[in-house]
Amino acid sequence: MIEFEIFGNKDTRSGFGEGLHELGKTNENVVALCADLTGSLKMDAFAKDFSNRFFQVGIAEANMIGMAAGMTIGNKIPYTGTFANFSTGRVYDQIRQSVAYSNKNVKICASHAGLTLGEDGATHQILEDIGMMKMLPNMTVIVPADFNQTKQATIAIADHQGPVYLRFGRPVMPIFIRPDAKFEVGKADVLIEGSDVTIVACGHMVWKSIEAARILEEKGISVELINMHTIKPLDENTLLKSLAKTKCVVTAEEHMMAGGLGESVAQVITKNILVPQEFVAVNDSFGESGTPMELMTKYNIDTADIVNASEKVISRKK
Amino acid sequence: MESLELKRVASQVRRDIVRMVSAVNSGHPGGSLGCTDFLTVLYFDIMKHTPTPFDMDGVNQDLFFLSNGHISPVWYSVLARSGYFPVQELDGFRKLGSKLQGHPSTDKKLPGIRMASGSLGQGLSCALGAAETKKLNNDNSIVFTLHGDGELQEGQVWEAAMYASAKKVDNLIATIDYNGRQIDGDVEDVLSLGNLKAKWEAFGWLTFEMDGHNIDEIKNTLIEAKNNLGQGKPIVIIMKTEMGKGVDFMEGSHKWHGVAPNPEQLKDALSQLEETLGDY
Repeated sequence: MIEFEIFGNKDTRSGFGEGLHELGKTNENVVALCADLTGSLKMDAFAKDFSNRFFQVGIAEANMIGMAAGMTIGNKIPYTGTFANFSTGRVYDQIRQSVAYSNKNVKICASHAGLTLGEDGATHQILEDIGMMKMLPNMTVIVPADFNQTKQATIAIADHQGPVYLRFGRPVMPIFIRPDAKFEVGKADVLIEGSDVTIVACGHMVWKSIEAARILEEKGISVELINMHTIKPLDENTLLKSLAKTKCVVTAEEHMMAGGLGESVAQVITKNILVPQEFVAVNDSFGESGTPMELMTKYNIDTADIVNASEKVISRKK
Repeated sequence: MESLELKRVASQVRRDIVRMVSAVNSGHPGGSLGCTDFLTVLYFDIMKHTPTPFDMDGVNQDLFFLSNGHISPVWYSVLARSGYFPVQELDGFRKLGSKLQGHPSTDKKLPGIRMASGSLGQGLSCALGAAETKKLNNDNSIVFTLHGDGELQEGQVWEAAMYASAKKVDNLIATIDYNGRQIDGDVEDVLSLGNLKAKWEAFGWLTFEMDGHNIDEIKNTLIEAKNNLGQGKPIVIIMKTEMGKGVDFMEGSHKWHGVAPNPEQLKDALSQLEETLGDY
């Protein structure tokens, strides 16, 4: 039986808020900028306790990104906070020129990513952000799995020199990463060891994959689960080691199939070891209003979809 | 530096500009020539800066951000002539493998450049960030910027303008190259800026105007602007210039925004510009 110790239920954005507040205490160079979403991003504690290092920029994301880039000159480490949609698509050119090309030490922290933003609907449910960010040279892309890991990643990236895109979300989900775990940029976690199929997941889909692994275990299928929290640079060694054993892979992400984690994994496969892959991701579609869990079901990124994809990919091995 | 000496530097910078763009038949001479006097005064007489060794963080140094990155030739020449890198490197402008990219960038590590620019409208935001960091660091030096007038059509400029006054960023002096020209023609015809001075004032900026080709006026206006820092208001200087200034057949026409002179025209241009510091 696959067992995980559960440390409660929280949203990943709260992990960001706690991590940022912790950094306020431990790293005087950390500054934070927010575009009128301080409460939604859980940045209130930092704003209150470190008010001289908190910059409310108003609803002006382009200016926020440019300012963050400029603030690095003089050795500050700026964390920007807004929804994922306004953190990426709205300001792509600002990130491209002033952050990525200029290689500035800016941490772009993006909440309410993906379908699980829920009722606000497709205008806010960005599903292309991982793709946009991973295409930029110099950019590191991180999608932590739960509250604890988001907090740990928020703290860890302060010591990582260079631009980072940190993606997290709104729904309350189980916490299964140990509170004392060490976050290492670019080093995937093998959460479950197994032999029949490798599931590579990120963000909220890691918990969905744990649920799927339990169902598959009851069906006599042994799952190896990799939490690929860093999508760029991708931990190819951990991936290839697992694929040498299982000979097939399912990727699971709350993102468009094009441009996401699955696509990064597919590149590694085609260059190294030809094994079948199935994609659990949104297939070229905008989302809509609904509860987070209703949307995951409707857009085929739920537990059952991971189970089905796993069975299908195993059958393709033969 | 004496005004006469600054004029001699500016003449050499103008020679550098036309030679650089002509050599690769590419680049933006018009705006570069128009901003030559300003950048010469700024770097040789006003800014407190240490060209070498170049320090990206620039703590306790005045900083300059070029927002209209396409006038890179004038910036490169002024940087080289003020000691950031050897003037011989100007020969690499826009050539493969050179640090002198078509538009300014940091990734080839050209000393003097702290931010890429080229895609317009971003420089004021970057400068605001640098200015806020200076305040956090208790660093009393100044952040200067330069922007095209056509560039002011970009919305981000006004996001930054709103922030600067609302948050009292009073350690920054922005300058607008008000030459009235952009690629498709006169700014007035393409998309009028209306009353530019009134716009900046309405956004809460302390506003100065100057003739961008009168060395003494540039010096005095910059000094007066500096004297008004630290009073809770950002400062902008609307600088009237002539695109292509110093080369008669380029003056006043948007046609020389992004076109290089051919060898004949280069000869004509150089005959109008005294070689004062030695060509690279």
